[in-house]
Amino acid sequence: MMKPKPLLAIEDLTKAYPGVVANNRVSFEIEPGEVHALLGENGAGKSTLVKMIYGLVRPDAGRMTLKGEPFEPHEPRAARAAGVAMVFQHFSLFEALNVAENIALGMENAPPQRQLAARITEVSETYGLPLDPDRLVGDLSAGERQRVEIIRCLLQDPQLLIMDEPTSVLTPQEVEILFQTLRKLSAEGTSILYISHKLEEIRALCETATILRGGKVVATCDPRDVSARSLAEMMVGQTLMQPSRARREMGPVRLRIKDLTLAPANPFGTRLKNISLSVQAGEILGIGGVAGNGQDELLSVLSGEVHTKKGAVELNGKPIGDLGPNERRALGLLAAPEERLGHAAAPDMSLTENALLTGWVRKRLSRRGFLNWGKARAFAEEVIADFDVRTPGPANAARALSGGNLQKFVIGREILQAPDVLVVNQPTWGVDASAAAAIRQALLDLAASGAAVICISQDLDELMEISDNFAALNGGNLTPPRPAKGLSVDEIGLMMGGAHDMEAAHVEP
Amino acid sequence: MIRLEKRPSPSRFWTMLTPVLAVVLTMIAGGLMFAILGKPPVEAIRTIFWDPLFGEFAYYFAPQLLVKAGPLILIAIGLSLGFRAGIWNIGAEGQYIIGALVGGGVGLAVYPSDSPFLFPLMVIAGGLGGFAWAMIPALLRTAFRTNEILVSLLLVYVAENIMASMALGLMRNPDGAGFPGSRNFKDYPAAFNDELVTGVGMHWGVLAAFIAVIFAYILLQRHMLGFQIKLTGQSPRAAVFGGVRPARLVIFCLGISGMLAGLAGLFEVTGPSGQITTDFNQGYGFTAIIVAFLGRLHPVGILLAGLLMALTYIGGDAAQLNLGLPSSAIQAFQGMLLFFLLGVDILSNFRIRFRKREVV
Repeated sequence: MMKPKPLLAIEDLTKAYPGVVANNRVSFEIEPGEVHALLGENGAGKSTLVKMIYGLVRPDAGRMTLKGEPFEPHEPRAARAAGVAMVFQHFSLFEALNVAENIALGMENAPPQRQLAARITEVSETYGLPLDPDRLVGDLSAGERQRVEIIRCLLQDPQLLIMDEPTSVLTPQEVEILFQTLRKLSAEGTSILYISHKLEEIRALCETATILRGGKVVATCDPRDVSARSLAEMMVGQTLMQPSRARREMGPVRLRIKDLTLAPANPFGTRLKNISLSVQAGEILGIGGVAGNGQDELLSVLSGEVHTKKGAVELNGKPIGDLGPNERRALGLLAAPEERLGHAAAPDMSLTENALLTGWVRKRLSRRGFLNWGKARAFAEEVIADFDVRTPGPANAARALSGGNLQKFVIGREILQAPDVLVVNQPTWGVDASAAAAIRQALLDLAASGAAVICISQDLDELMEISDNFAALNGGNLTPPRPAKGLSVDEIGLMMGGAHDMEAAHVEP
Repeated sequence: MIRLEKRPSPSRFWTMLTPVLAVVLTMIAGGLMFAILGKPPVEAIRTIFWDPLFGEFAYYFAPQLLVKAGPLILIAIGLSLGFRAGIWNIGAEGQYIIGALVGGGVGLAVYPSDSPFLFPLMVIAGGLGGFAWAMIPALLRTAFRTNEILVSLLLVYVAENIMASMALGLMRNPDGAGFPGSRNFKDYPAAFNDELVTGVGMHWGVLAAFIAVIFAYILLQRHMLGFQIKLTGQSPRAAVFGGVRPARLVIFCLGISGMLAGLAGLFEVTGPSGQITTDFNQGYGFTAIIVAFLGRLHPVGILLAGLLMALTYIGGDAAQLNLGLPSSAIQAFQGMLLFFLLGVDILSNFRIRFRKREVV
């Protein structure tokens, strides 16, 4: 029997940027109706590859064939015309417009509103994506916003749907609803190119996985036949170190938040509602939740960037709600915000200056206001050496470092100051797997040495790996913490807000 | 196709070299402009840059260099601290005027006096006057989030009107036969800001400018406050995370730049200018903005830039006298200097790549 013709064939696609070959002779094929995973670490070349397929970037060399015809999209419009659609990780929607208006904005010849609304309803019914065309996008949950983007694509009748990290903004329940829709699409013959680094998802959804590392295809496999661990090792190219947890004794309560309610500093922020928590010495408290549910606000309340009522935050029994960041550092409460460049570190300043940024109080890098640059440089060098930060030296600007290296520097800078309490937000976001493992191990070691750690993260696997207790932020509310051991994915998802009342897809069996 | 590529770290080499390159480019473009105006370009450039220092009349021009550079450097040092932190005091001219009026007013109020404490008292009053005038935009910004650029700039025009009113009313010379303008400080020894060494143009204000350069250098290189200023300018969110209180920094930066501008005004009005008139200000407060940027907001750079700018003023005067160049041509020439400086600035952060256009 003859093999059916692939929908999209990619041969020897190469794209180089100054200093780096993003894609080096990449070849693979996508069959009609196949759910094909593209797997790789940050910087492996996934984005560049799909941008070439979607016409955003032109390859330096190589060929693409769509349905047997040469395929050379020079702009996204050409790719869309040929039947390729893409849902981006970051939505491009206007909150002040309704669903139909947002979809009309992305169309070439938008039909009149009423007609379009009817088509939206029709398509959303067919694929089990209930969506009211007249609702304002600003009122929709992340999962519903993603539906808007998906329906925008489906209106073009695509033959290939590219989805870039679609589940990073969804709760586990919302992910399940999305998967039902994707399976239905695939059953109807639409191919899906699914980009992710979440291995369990890929094993649950995809039939084929192409694994990229350093711009090259290193393996192609059926992810259902391979363990998540071996997928990860193919992705990273080395055996992964499993973080080890020493048995820890819980000590006295280090940090306590009592009934904290706080209006956001800017109109797009999240209101923190009646938050209470406590962490003990030796404990790691994991705080999960989808982005934008109050994570940044909670971090700034703890770091001292935002002041609260004096008694709302207590450190070692002492009220500190009205103290600034450096006063808190002096007392032993340190923090590492999510945004590395521009918040945790000043991009154009050297690593020495960035070491000074948070280290001058506890490491005594100044005397009567006068800076001791020699000591600051020595501290920066200590961080670089102890946390394996790859950089020519402490005189380099922070923005010259890769994401993972800068993150190791930021976390290391705080840990080496021997905090009583450390608060981190998204400690391994955008960090390669080996650096992420090192950072998690460092947090575990810190807790083992008697510090209390609060780890705010959107990576549930990470939280389950390191936390003793787990709580979730949802719309500015914090659930009561529960022991992390024995929590099921379903329970975690419900703590994060479940499916946010989103209707399940009506997919016929 | 020419492409600009961001450098991972700013190039030290180009940071040092761009001011020199800008001066050379200004000479070329300025020379062209002078040629189009029908004046000999090389001679015009020489008259502006060379003759004031080494020419026949250097004995007259050279002291003027310090007299002109002193207030420019003093004001620009203050402005540069704020500019580094992203706090834009554009109204140094107003603070300069108010400093001169308050400080000069103290002297005029007790006329005639021969107390040795009078001049120091006037200096303090001048600094406080400029400080107070700068506190208006500072407090409005911290309390109501007004834009300090607009407020400080508009206060210049308020200050100018106060100046005119003072010269015509309260501070008018009672023995001046009704002419506008105050008593002349040159005839009031206890309040006169005389040359410290005769014939070199060095007066207390020039000394204060040099002290300000050293003070600013130490502040920026060695002190926590200087670090916080730089941090706030580069990355405001990281600065707050690092414990900087933005409101305090606004008050400090506007306050110190207002104070230095006020001091410059006082030293000028009691010295080289000599009299409070309806228009004794000479635009030093505005020119100092150019000086601050020409000196890359670095104290030593500002010292050199102030001297260079003073040179173009004096040389410009000489060129007007000797070659009959219109004063607007001199202003255009000074404008070119700033233009080229900002233009070539890109070289320190970007690399230029020449390459063939991609075939599309």
